[in-house]
Amino acid sequence: MNKVVSGADEAVKDIPSGATLLLGGFGLCGIPENCIAALVRSGVDNLTCISNNAGVDDFGIGLMLQKRQVKKMISSYVGENAEFERQMLTGELEVELVPQGTLATRCMASGYGMPAVYVLAGYGTEVAEGKEVRNFDGKNYILEHAFKSDFAIVKAWKGDTMGNLIFKETARNFNPMMAMAGKITIAEVEELVEPGELDPNYVHVPGIYVNRIFQGTDYEKRIEQLTVRKKA
Amino acid sequence: MPLNKEQIARRIARELRDGYYVNLGIGIPTLVANYIPEGCDVVLQSENGLLGMGPFPFEGEADPDLINAGKQTITTLPGSAFFDSAMSFGMIRSGRVDLTVLGAMEVADNGDIANWKIPKKMVKGMGGAMDLVAAAKNIIVAMQHTNPKGESKLLPQCTLPLTGVGCIKKVVTDLGVFDITPNGFRCIEYAPGVTIDEIKAKTAGRLVIADDVKEMDI
Repeated sequence: MNKVVSGADEAVKDIPSGATLLLGGFGLCGIPENCIAALVRSGVDNLTCISNNAGVDDFGIGLMLQKRQVKKMISSYVGENAEFERQMLTGELEVELVPQGTLATRCMASGYGMPAVYVLAGYGTEVAEGKEVRNFDGKNYILEHAFKSDFAIVKAWKGDTMGNLIFKETARNFNPMMAMAGKITIAEVEELVEPGELDPNYVHVPGIYVNRIFQGTDYEKRIEQLTVRKKA
Repeated sequence: MPLNKEQIARRIARELRDGYYVNLGIGIPTLVANYIPEGCDVVLQSENGLLGMGPFPFEGEADPDLINAGKQTITTLPGSAFFDSAMSFGMIRSGRVDLTVLGAMEVADNGDIANWKIPKKMVKGMGGAMDLVAAAKNIIVAMQHTNPKGESKLLPQCTLPLTGVGCIKKVVTDLGVFDITPNGFRCIEYAPGVTIDEIKAKTAGRLVIADDVKEMDI
C-alpha cells in the first residue's frame, strides 16, 4: 500500500472547477501551502472552500481569491483580507459564516459517518434561521448537517507512505477532522517516512482516511501576529 | 475616574478561582492573564487547540506552529496539551471550561449578547464566540460602558444581531461591575470617582443598585 504522489501538482491535478474543498489550518498556521500553490497554478475556478479562515491578501487562500478561483467561502472568521472584503461587498464572492465549533463538528460528523448533529451554538441567532430546533433536557439545539466535500487538503508534520499522520502543536487545529471528512483526502507533510518509523501510539489520523500523501517543500510558515517579550 | 483597560482586566482577574479552566477572548480579556492572583492555579484554554497557554515567547524564539486564537505567537507550560478543533469545542460545549471572558458591542439586561456583526459593515465572522457563549458555565463580558458616540452598551434589548441569548452572567465596564439578574443589571461595585448618577445616566437597560454597593478597590 503506497499512497505517495510526486508532489502537489500531481496531488491536485484531478480537482475540477466547481469542486468543494475542505482546507485545513487556523489563520496561516497549519495550512497546506504546497497544495494551495498548486491549485493557483492549475487555474481551477468556481471552487467552494470550507476553511476556518480565508488567508491574508498575499498568502494562504488569499492567493486563490486574488485569482478569482473561489466562488463560495464557508468559514468562521474572515478578517485581515482586503481582497476578500472587496469581493464580498461587490457580491463576487458568496460567504457563509459558521460558528467555529460548529464548523469543526460538521467536519467531524462527516468523518464519523453521521449525517447531522445537534448543537447549542447559534440558537436564537440568525445562524439558526431555517434550521430544525429540538429541545433536550430543557435546552434548545439546532440541527447542523455534516459537510459533503469532494476533496480534503490537509497539512501534517510527519506522515508515512501508508498515510498515517502526526501533527505539530497548534498546527493540528482543523486538519485531523478535515482529513477524516474528505471524499478524497490529500495530505502534504513536512517529513515523509517509511512505515514503521512513526510510533503507532502517536498517530493522530490513521492512514485509512488518507488517499494521497507527499512531502512538501519550501514551507514559509508565515506568522500573522508575531508577539514576543524581551528577556529580563 | 472610569477604569482603564488594565484595571478592567485586573478586576475581572479577581473572579478567577483556583483550579479554573478559562478561555480569554481577544482585547481586554487577553489582559486578564497578566493579573492572575497569587496562589490561584488556572489553566488557560485557547480554542485553536491548546490547554495551558504560556506567555509570549522571547525574541527570536517564536514558533510559527504555536499560536493562540488571536493568531499571536505563544508558548506552552509544563502540563500543556494540544488537541484538534473538534475536541477543543467538545470541551467547551460539554461545559468543562469554567469561565469565559469576552468583549461585546452590546449586552441586554436579560443576558443576551451581540458582538459579531454590524449590519451594512464588513462582517468578519463570529469565530468561536457563538460556541463559547452557548456553552460556558460562567461568562463575563469586559467592555466599555458606552460606545464611541457616548451611547449605552447596556441595553433593554440588543439592537445588533445576537451572538447568544440569555447567557451573560456578569459585565465589568469602565464604570462598574454588574450582575445580570431577573431584575436586569445589578450594580455591585462602582469605579473610584464614578457616581451612581453617572451609571444610571449611562445605563439604558433596567438597572438596580445593590443595597451593599461599594466603591471598587482597584
